[in-house]
Amino acid sequence: MASNVYNLFIINKSGGLIFYKDYGSLGRLDTNDSLRLASLWHSMHAISQQLSPTLGCYGIELLEADTFDLRCFQALTGTKFFVVAEPGTQGLDSLLKNVYGLYVDYVLKNPFYEVEMPIRCELFDLSLTQLIRKDKGVIGR
Amino acid sequence: MADAPKKGTLRAAYRRAADIKPRDARTWQVSLNAFAFLFSEMVQYNQTRVDNIAELEHRLEHAGYGVGLRMLELLCHREKKRSKASWNSLICPQHPMEIALWKDSLEKGTENEDEYMISEKELLVNRFISVPKDMGAFNCGAYVAGIVKGVLDGSGFPARVTAHFVPVEGQPRPRTTILIKFSEEVLQREARLS
Repeated sequence: MASNVYNLFIINKSGGLIFYKDYGSLGRLDTNDSLRLASLWHSMHAISQQLSPTLGCYGIELLEADTFDLRCFQALTGTKFFVVAEPGTQGLDSLLKNVYGLYVDYVLKNPFYEVEMPIRCELFDLSLTQLIRKDKGVIGR
Repeated sequence: MADAPKKGTLRAAYRRAADIKPRDARTWQVSLNAFAFLFSEMVQYNQTRVDNIAELEHRLEHAGYGVGLRMLELLCHREKKRSKASWNSLICPQHPMEIALWKDSLEKGTENEDEYMISEKELLVNRFISVPKDMGAFNCGAYVAGIVKGVLDGSGFPARVTAHFVPVEGQPRPRTTILIKFSEEVLQREARLS
Protein backbone atom coordinates (compact mmCIF):
# COMPACT_ATOMS: atom_id res chain seq x y z
CA MET A 1 0.00 0.00 0.00
CA ALA A 2 1.54 3.34 -0.98
CA SER A 3 2.05 5.63 1.92
CA ASN A 4 0.85 9.19 1.51
CA VAL A 5 3.14 10.53 4.20
CA TYR A 6 6.76 10.90 3.12
CA ASN A 7 8.41 11.97 6.34
CA LEU A 8 7.86 13.46 9.78
CA PHE A 9 10.10 15.95 11.59
CA ILE A 10 10.07 17.26 15.13
CA ILE A 11 12.25 20.26 15.96
CA ASN A 12 12.86 21.84 19.36
CA LYS A 13 12.47 25.50 20.13
CA SER A 14 16.05 26.36 19.13
CA GLY A 15 15.62 24.74 15.72
CA GLY A 16 17.54 21.51 16.31
CA LEU A 17 16.10 18.30 14.91
CA ILE A 18 15.03 15.96 17.69
CA PHE A 19 13.10 13.40 15.69
CA TYR A 20 13.00 12.35 12.07
CA LYS A 21 11.20 9.41 10.50
CA ASP A 22 10.61 8.62 6.87
CA TYR A 23 7.95 6.38 5.41
CA GLY A 24 8.53 4.81 2.06
CA SER A 25 11.40 5.36 -0.35
CA LEU A 26 10.10 8.65 -1.75
CA GLY A 27 11.63 11.62 -0.02
CA ARG A 28 14.11 9.61 2.03
CA LEU A 29 16.86 11.82 3.45
CA ASP A 30 20.13 10.95 5.07
CA THR A 31 21.06 12.31 8.51
CA ASN A 32 22.91 15.41 7.37
CA ASP A 33 20.21 16.40 4.92
CA SER A 34 17.48 16.01 7.49
CA LEU A 35 19.38 18.16 10.01
CA ARG A 36 19.98 20.82 7.40
CA LEU A 37 16.36 20.80 6.28
CA ALA A 38 15.12 21.08 9.84
CA SER A 39 17.16 24.17 10.67
CA LEU A 40 16.22 25.65 7.29
CA TRP A 41 12.56 25.20 8.04
CA HIS A 42 12.99 26.64 11.53
CA SER A 43 14.50 29.84 10.08
CA MET A 44 11.86 30.10 7.36
CA HIS A 45 9.14 29.65 9.92
CA ALA A 46 10.55 32.43 12.05
CA ILE A 47 11.03 34.79 9.11
CA SER A 48 7.50 34.22 7.84
CA GLN A 49 6.21 35.30 11.24
CA GLN A 50 7.87 38.68 10.77
CA LEU A 51 6.96 39.08 7.12
CA SER A 52 3.30 38.20 7.43
CA PRO A 53 0.90 41.03 6.50
CA THR A 54 -1.79 39.63 8.82
CA LEU A 55 -1.67 40.32 12.55
CA GLY A 56 -1.30 37.47 14.97
CA CYS A 57 0.45 35.14 12.57
CA TYR A 58 2.51 32.42 14.21
CA GLY A 59 4.30 31.13 11.13
CA ILE A 60 3.79 28.94 8.09
CA GLU A 61 1.15 26.29 8.55
CA LEU A 62 0.90 24.86 5.05
CA LEU A 63 3.23 24.80 2.10
CA GLU A 64 1.82 23.42 -1.15
CA ALA A 65 4.17 22.51 -3.95
CA ASP A 66 3.87 20.48 -7.17
CA THR A 67 5.37 17.31 -5.78
CA PHE A 68 4.58 17.56 -2.06
CA ASP A 69 2.53 19.20 0.68
CA LEU A 70 4.18 20.31 3.91
CA ARG A 71 2.05 20.95 6.95
CA CYS A 72 3.50 22.38 10.15
CA PHE A 73 2.13 22.54 13.67
CA GLN A 74 3.76 24.69 16.32
CA ALA A 75 3.01 24.02 19.94
CA LEU A 76 2.78 26.88 22.45
CA THR A 77 6.24 25.96 23.73
CA GLY A 78 7.88 26.47 20.35
CA THR A 79 8.30 22.79 19.50
CA LYS A 80 7.41 22.29 15.84
CA PHE A 81 5.98 19.19 14.22
CA PHE A 82 5.92 19.06 10.46
CA VAL A 83 5.07 16.41 7.94
CA VAL A 84 5.83 16.15 4.21
CA ALA A 85 3.28 14.22 2.22
CA GLU A 86 1.84 13.58 -1.24
CA PRO A 87 0.07 16.60 -2.72
CA GLY A 88 -3.59 16.81 -1.80
CA THR A 89 -3.36 14.56 1.27
CA GLN A 90 -6.17 15.19 3.75
CA GLY A 91 -6.11 14.78 7.50
CA LEU A 92 -2.53 15.93 8.05
CA ASP A 93 -3.73 18.49 10.53
CA SER A 94 -5.26 15.93 12.87
CA LEU A 95 -2.27 13.64 12.32
CA LEU A 96 0.05 16.33 13.65
CA LYS A 97 -2.21 16.96 16.64
CA ASN A 98 -2.17 13.24 17.40
CA VAL A 99 1.61 13.11 17.12
CA TYR A 100 1.76 16.01 19.55
CA GLY A 101 -0.44 14.01 21.91
CA LEU A 102 1.90 11.04 21.67
CA TYR A 103 4.90 13.30 22.23
CA VAL A 104 3.38 14.68 25.42
CA ASP A 105 2.54 11.19 26.67
CA TYR A 106 5.52 9.03 25.80
CA VAL A 107 8.36 11.52 25.59
CA LEU A 108 7.67 14.19 28.17
CA LYS A 109 6.51 11.75 30.84
CA ASN A 110 9.59 9.60 30.38
CA PRO A 111 12.05 10.29 33.22
CA PHE A 112 14.97 9.18 31.03
CA TYR A 113 14.35 11.79 28.37
CA GLU A 114 16.20 15.10 28.56
CA VAL A 115 14.13 17.95 27.18
CA GLU A 116 15.29 19.40 23.84
CA MET A 117 17.49 16.35 23.18
CA PRO A 118 16.98 13.81 20.35
CA ILE A 119 14.10 11.48 21.10
CA ARG A 120 15.08 7.89 21.85
CA CYS A 121 11.90 6.48 23.38
CA GLU A 122 10.80 3.03 22.36
CA LEU A 123 7.17 3.61 23.33
CA PHE A 124 6.99 6.78 21.24
CA ASP A 125 8.29 4.94 18.17
CA LEU A 126 5.86 2.05 18.69
CA SER A 127 2.80 4.19 19.12
CA LEU A 128 3.80 6.46 16.22
CA THR A 129 4.08 3.45 13.91
CA GLN A 130 0.65 2.30 15.05
CA LEU A 131 -0.80 5.77 14.45
CA ILE A 132 0.62 6.05 10.93
CA ARG A 133 -0.52 2.54 10.07
CA LYS A 134 -4.01 3.27 11.32
CA ASP A 135 -4.21 6.54 9.41
CA LYS A 136 -3.00 5.01 6.15
CA GLY A 137 -6.52 3.93 5.42
CA VAL A 138 -8.00 7.26 6.49
CA ILE A 139 -5.55 9.70 4.94
CA GLY A 140 -6.01 9.98 1.21
CA ARG A 141 -7.83 11.85 -1.47
CA MET B 1 -15.75 35.59 58.82
CA ALA B 2 -14.35 38.55 60.66
CA ASP B 3 -10.86 38.30 59.28
CA ALA B 4 -11.57 36.64 55.95
CA PRO B 5 -8.32 36.56 53.96
CA LYS B 6 -8.22 38.68 50.84
CA LYS B 7 -8.86 36.89 47.58
CA GLY B 8 -5.68 35.72 45.95
CA THR B 9 -3.50 35.67 49.03
CA LEU B 10 -1.64 32.56 50.09
CA ARG B 11 -3.82 32.12 53.17
CA ALA B 12 -6.87 32.18 50.97
CA ALA B 13 -5.36 29.40 48.87
CA TYR B 14 -4.74 27.24 51.95
CA ARG B 15 -8.27 27.80 53.21
CA ARG B 16 -9.77 26.80 49.88
CA ALA B 17 -7.57 23.68 49.69
CA ALA B 18 -8.75 22.61 53.14
CA ASP B 19 -12.37 22.88 52.03
CA ILE B 20 -11.88 20.20 49.43
CA LYS B 21 -13.10 16.90 50.79
CA PRO B 22 -13.94 13.82 48.78
CA ARG B 23 -17.64 13.15 48.93
CA ASP B 24 -17.03 9.47 48.83
CA ALA B 25 -13.53 8.20 49.54
CA ARG B 26 -13.90 5.35 47.07
CA THR B 27 -14.51 7.60 44.06
CA TRP B 28 -11.73 10.07 44.76
CA GLN B 29 -9.95 10.34 41.45
CA VAL B 30 -6.49 11.62 40.63
CA SER B 31 -5.41 12.79 37.20
CA LEU B 32 -3.28 10.16 35.45
CA ASN B 33 -1.18 12.85 33.81
CA ALA B 34 -0.45 14.52 37.12
CA PHE B 35 0.63 11.21 38.62
CA ALA B 36 2.77 10.36 35.58
CA PHE B 37 4.62 13.67 35.77
CA LEU B 38 5.07 13.38 39.52
CA PHE B 39 6.43 9.85 39.24
CA SER B 40 8.73 10.87 36.38
CA GLU B 41 10.12 13.68 38.52
CA MET B 42 10.62 11.30 41.44
CA VAL B 43 12.68 8.96 39.25
CA GLN B 44 14.75 11.86 37.93
CA TYR B 45 15.29 13.20 41.44
CA ASN B 46 16.65 9.87 42.60
CA GLN B 47 18.70 9.33 39.47
CA THR B 48 20.88 12.35 40.24
CA ARG B 49 21.63 11.05 43.71
CA VAL B 50 22.77 7.52 42.98
CA ASP B 51 25.84 5.94 41.42
CA ASN B 52 24.36 2.84 39.90
CA ILE B 53 21.11 1.25 38.80
CA ALA B 54 20.76 -1.13 41.74
CA GLU B 55 20.79 1.82 44.10
CA LEU B 56 18.14 3.61 42.03
CA GLU B 57 15.89 0.56 42.24
CA HIS B 58 16.51 0.39 45.96
CA ARG B 59 15.52 4.03 46.41
CA LEU B 60 12.31 3.61 44.43
CA GLU B 61 11.50 0.52 46.47
CA HIS B 62 12.09 2.47 49.65
CA ALA B 63 9.74 5.18 48.45
CA GLY B 64 7.06 2.58 47.69
CA TYR B 65 7.59 0.92 51.06
CA GLY B 66 6.33 3.97 52.92
CA VAL B 67 3.30 4.11 50.65
CA GLY B 68 2.59 0.42 51.24
CA LEU B 69 2.63 0.74 55.02
CA ARG B 70 0.22 3.64 54.96
CA MET B 71 -1.99 2.03 52.35
CA LEU B 72 -2.34 -1.01 54.60
CA GLU B 73 -3.92 1.19 57.25
CA LEU B 74 -6.24 2.75 54.72
CA LEU B 75 -7.33 -0.61 53.34
CA CYS B 76 -7.93 -1.93 56.85
CA HIS B 77 -10.06 1.10 57.55
CA ARG B 78 -12.18 0.46 54.47
CA GLU B 79 -12.48 -3.29 54.90
CA LYS B 80 -14.21 -3.11 58.26
CA LYS B 81 -16.42 -6.08 57.59
CA ARG B 82 -13.55 -8.58 57.33
CA SER B 83 -13.01 -10.61 60.47
CA LYS B 84 -9.66 -10.79 62.14
CA ALA B 85 -9.46 -14.52 61.51
CA SER B 86 -8.93 -14.20 57.77
CA TRP B 87 -5.73 -12.23 58.28
CA ASN B 88 -3.93 -15.09 59.93
CA SER B 89 -4.93 -17.57 57.28
CA LEU B 90 -2.56 -19.20 54.84
CA ILE B 91 -0.46 -17.08 52.58
CA CYS B 92 -2.28 -18.52 49.60
CA PRO B 93 -4.62 -16.47 47.42
CA GLN B 94 -6.71 -15.51 50.42
CA HIS B 95 -4.48 -12.74 51.63
CA PRO B 96 -7.08 -9.95 51.92
CA MET B 97 -4.71 -7.17 51.05
CA GLU B 98 -3.64 -8.75 47.80
CA ILE B 99 -7.24 -9.14 46.80
CA ALA B 100 -7.94 -5.53 47.63
CA LEU B 101 -5.03 -4.33 45.53
CA TRP B 102 -5.08 -6.84 42.71
CA LYS B 103 -8.18 -8.62 41.47
CA ASP B 104 -6.11 -11.53 40.07
CA SER B 105 -5.00 -13.82 42.81
CA LEU B 106 -1.44 -14.64 43.69
CA GLU B 107 0.12 -17.34 41.59
CA LYS B 108 2.45 -19.80 43.18
CA GLY B 109 5.94 -19.98 41.73
CA THR B 110 6.95 -23.36 40.38
CA GLU B 111 10.57 -23.35 41.41
CA ASN B 112 10.54 -22.60 45.11
CA GLU B 113 8.12 -23.13 47.95
CA ASP B 114 8.45 -19.61 49.22
CA GLU B 115 7.88 -17.74 45.95
CA TYR B 116 4.64 -16.18 44.74
CA MET B 117 4.01 -14.01 41.72
CA ILE B 118 1.62 -11.30 40.62
CA SER B 119 1.57 -10.89 36.87
CA GLU B 120 0.38 -7.72 35.17
CA LYS B 121 0.13 -6.79 31.51
CA GLU B 122 1.57 -3.37 32.21
CA LEU B 123 2.11 -1.55 35.48
CA LEU B 124 0.53 1.87 35.68
CA VAL B 125 3.80 3.48 36.64
CA ASN B 126 5.53 2.01 33.58
CA ARG B 127 2.87 3.09 31.13
CA PHE B 128 4.68 6.11 29.73
CA ILE B 129 8.24 5.08 30.51
CA SER B 130 10.71 3.71 27.96
CA VAL B 131 13.87 2.54 29.66
CA PRO B 132 16.99 3.21 27.56
CA LYS B 133 18.90 0.12 26.47
CA ASP B 134 22.00 1.00 28.45
CA MET B 135 20.11 0.66 31.72
CA GLY B 136 19.70 -3.04 31.24
CA ALA B 137 16.93 -4.68 33.16
CA PHE B 138 16.00 -1.67 35.26
CA ASN B 139 12.30 -1.53 36.06
CA CYS B 140 10.47 1.42 37.56
CA GLY B 141 8.09 -1.19 38.89
CA ALA B 142 10.49 -1.32 41.81
CA TYR B 143 8.21 1.35 43.24
CA VAL B 144 5.22 -0.97 43.05
CA ALA B 145 7.33 -3.80 44.48
CA GLY B 146 8.07 -1.48 47.38
CA ILE B 147 4.36 -0.88 47.93
CA VAL B 148 3.72 -4.63 48.05
CA LYS B 149 6.63 -5.09 50.43
CA GLY B 150 5.23 -2.39 52.70
CA VAL B 151 1.81 -4.00 52.75
CA LEU B 152 3.25 -7.45 53.48
CA ASP B 153 5.68 -6.25 56.12
CA GLY B 154 2.99 -4.23 57.84
CA SER B 155 0.66 -7.22 58.05
CA GLY B 156 3.31 -9.53 59.42
CA PHE B 157 4.52 -11.37 56.32
CA PRO B 158 8.08 -10.16 55.74
CA ALA B 159 9.25 -10.83 52.20
CA ARG B 160 11.65 -9.79 49.49
CA VAL B 161 9.68 -8.28 46.62
CA THR B 162 11.06 -7.48 43.18
CA ALA B 163 9.60 -6.49 39.82
CA HIS B 164 10.72 -8.17 36.60
CA PHE B 165 9.99 -7.84 32.93
CA VAL B 166 8.88 -11.06 31.30
CA PRO B 167 9.01 -11.02 27.49
CA VAL B 168 5.96 -12.46 25.78
CA GLU B 169 5.82 -14.11 22.38
CA GLY B 170 4.31 -11.89 19.72
CA GLN B 171 3.97 -8.82 21.92
CA PRO B 172 6.26 -5.82 21.57
CA ARG B 173 5.98 -4.93 25.25
CA PRO B 174 6.92 -7.42 27.96
CA ARG B 175 4.60 -8.30 30.81
CA THR B 176 5.61 -7.36 34.33
CA THR B 177 5.81 -9.86 37.15
CA ILE B 178 6.12 -8.96 40.80
CA LEU B 179 8.00 -11.71 42.56
CA ILE B 180 7.37 -12.20 46.27
CA LYS B 181 9.84 -14.31 48.21
CA PHE B 182 8.65 -14.86 51.76
CA SER B 183 11.23 -15.08 54.50
CA GLU B 184 12.00 -18.20 56.50
CA GLU B 185 10.05 -17.22 59.60
CA VAL B 186 6.81 -16.87 57.65
CA LEU B 187 7.07 -20.37 56.19
CA GLN B 188 7.92 -21.83 59.56
CA ARG B 189 4.97 -20.07 61.15
CA GLU B 190 2.59 -21.33 58.47
CA ALA B 191 3.95 -24.83 58.89
CA ARG B 192 3.29 -24.60 62.63
CA LEU B 193 -0.23 -23.25 62.21
CA SER B 194 -1.51 -25.62 59.54
